[in-house]
Amino acid sequence: MNIENIKKEFPIFDDKIQNNDLVYLDSANSAQKPKMVVDRIYDFYTKEFSNVGRSVHYLAVAATNLYENTRTAVQKYINAKNKNEIVFTKGATEAINLVANTFGQKYLKEGDEVLITELEHHSNYVPWHFLRKAKNINIKFAEVNNEGEITLDSIKDKMTEKTKIISVTHLSNVTGAILPIREIVSLAHSKNIPVLVDGCQSAPHLKIDMQDLDCDFYAISGHKMYGPTGIGVLYAKKKWLEDLPPYQGGGGMIGEVKKEGITYGDLPNKYEAGTMATAQVIAFNESIKFMQKVGIENIEKHEKDLMDYGLETLRKNNSVNIIGNPKKRGGVISFTIEGIHPHDIATILDEDGVAIRAGHHCCQILHDKLKLTATARASFGIYNTKDDIDKLNKSLENCKKIFNLK
Amino acid sequence: MNLKELYQEIILDHGKNPRNLGKFDNYNKDAKGHNPLCGDDVHIYLRLNENKKVDDITFEGKGCAISMASASIMTEMVRGKEETEVKEIVTDFLEMIKEKDELNNNLLNEDEKTKLMSLSGVKQYPMRVKCATLSWHTLSSALENSQEIVKTEK
Repeated sequence: MNIENIKKEFPIFDDKIQNNDLVYLDSANSAQKPKMVVDRIYDFYTKEFSNVGRSVHYLAVAATNLYENTRTAVQKYINAKNKNEIVFTKGATEAINLVANTFGQKYLKEGDEVLITELEHHSNYVPWHFLRKAKNINIKFAEVNNEGEITLDSIKDKMTEKTKIISVTHLSNVTGAILPIREIVSLAHSKNIPVLVDGCQSAPHLKIDMQDLDCDFYAISGHKMYGPTGIGVLYAKKKWLEDLPPYQGGGGMIGEVKKEGITYGDLPNKYEAGTMATAQVIAFNESIKFMQKVGIENIEKHEKDLMDYGLETLRKNNSVNIIGNPKKRGGVISFTIEGIHPHDIATILDEDGVAIRAGHHCCQILHDKLKLTATARASFGIYNTKDDIDKLNKSLENCKKIFNLK
Repeated sequence: MNLKELYQEIILDHGKNPRNLGKFDNYNKDAKGHNPLCGDDVHIYLRLNENKKVDDITFEGKGCAISMASASIMTEMVRGKEETEVKEIVTDFLEMIKEKDELNNNLLNEDEKTKLMSLSGVKQYPMRVKCATLSWHTLSSALENSQEIVKTEK
């Protein structure tokens, strides 16, 4: 696999950014877009645009087919049984909110417990917090260990008779830990507890198979998978989508609307109210094609090589303290440097064209546990090379120089 | 613009060894500030005496070099000033950091102004302006006895 050729498919790398070659190490935040994805949006708007699912004219039918093609592509990509188990949302955040809202409405009552983990992104905590406020439910946090991992035992420790749903990340966006999802699901199902998996960080980097994981819900973010912003996917087992109430009301999701009452549409329309992010959904198909063309196995291998090299390089740099040491790790390295705040690191790196993230990465619970207000984070995508890591390291040396550190 | 201008020696010095850090006992005004984007916190404590003069001011907080240095330098600038003077300095500083080229108040001497202007490099880094202004907004809030936590994001 020739990374330089793959990188050429991403127009962002064609030009200098602030007079530097871009070293983009912020893909866990959002990935860059290959030309085929960007072109697809342009082509759709300029040659094929119409709203989907409503009118009978030629463009409307063609657009509907394109839109539904993405659904089928996603179904196949994640190995869902049925294409109606794929619901498009505006992002993974909305996917989780959809489940928390509808599941909460129907199944949660005062005193019930939702089990999440200390690794969760705010988007897998705040939606459950709404239920804590509205319904007096309790939220339990499985504890992260010293390596920055969530083990099966840490989940087991917090499971009680009152646990009604478990909602966990597949891959931590801070420590990079990959959670034992299959084992968690199997344990939960033995107690009839459904499991939601936040797949934001895993879907772009790992092979994900709904039949293998057997989870009840899986949330995916389009823009982290080299796709457009404004598009996400909720995978849910059909029984849940049939059972749970609709999330938002509006056009497109109805069966029949009368003054006396309303019936709702069939799947998947029931959960797709209003005009959806049509162009983004259609372009998201190209992201999946792109990932299939590169091959998820190749992506996994390349990113593991990068991470190993990144860990090795940064460990040699004595000032760098790497957060967590999970045995199974995805392409994320968070770190601190004693004496330099992460935001100062990020500003200085930016001057060299090295784009990283600094802050709490929407994981304040974890940062509180680590007794840190912020960390710096380098995360990888298919377009990164070992040269990027060398540039990162060199730029970190520059930080130390500016801050007069040895 | 370059990093040397942003991270001048004085910023690094105040960032690393902030002056007036901590809490003192008989403060009569205080306020908290928070930057939700990065999680940085600042808590300002001050005492206004019977003549409405700031006779002591300290801060507690965690943050980047810019935010710590800004808070540290701020406490040095406003100690001993009257409440109305403090407000004038705060307004002048906030205007300078956003748009003006210089400070216009007559309450600080040239050395003090030079010291304060060392923070002006942050203008070139829009995402970092909030780091420099958080403690100043929090000081205003303390003077107004506001119980609300100052946030950089509304």
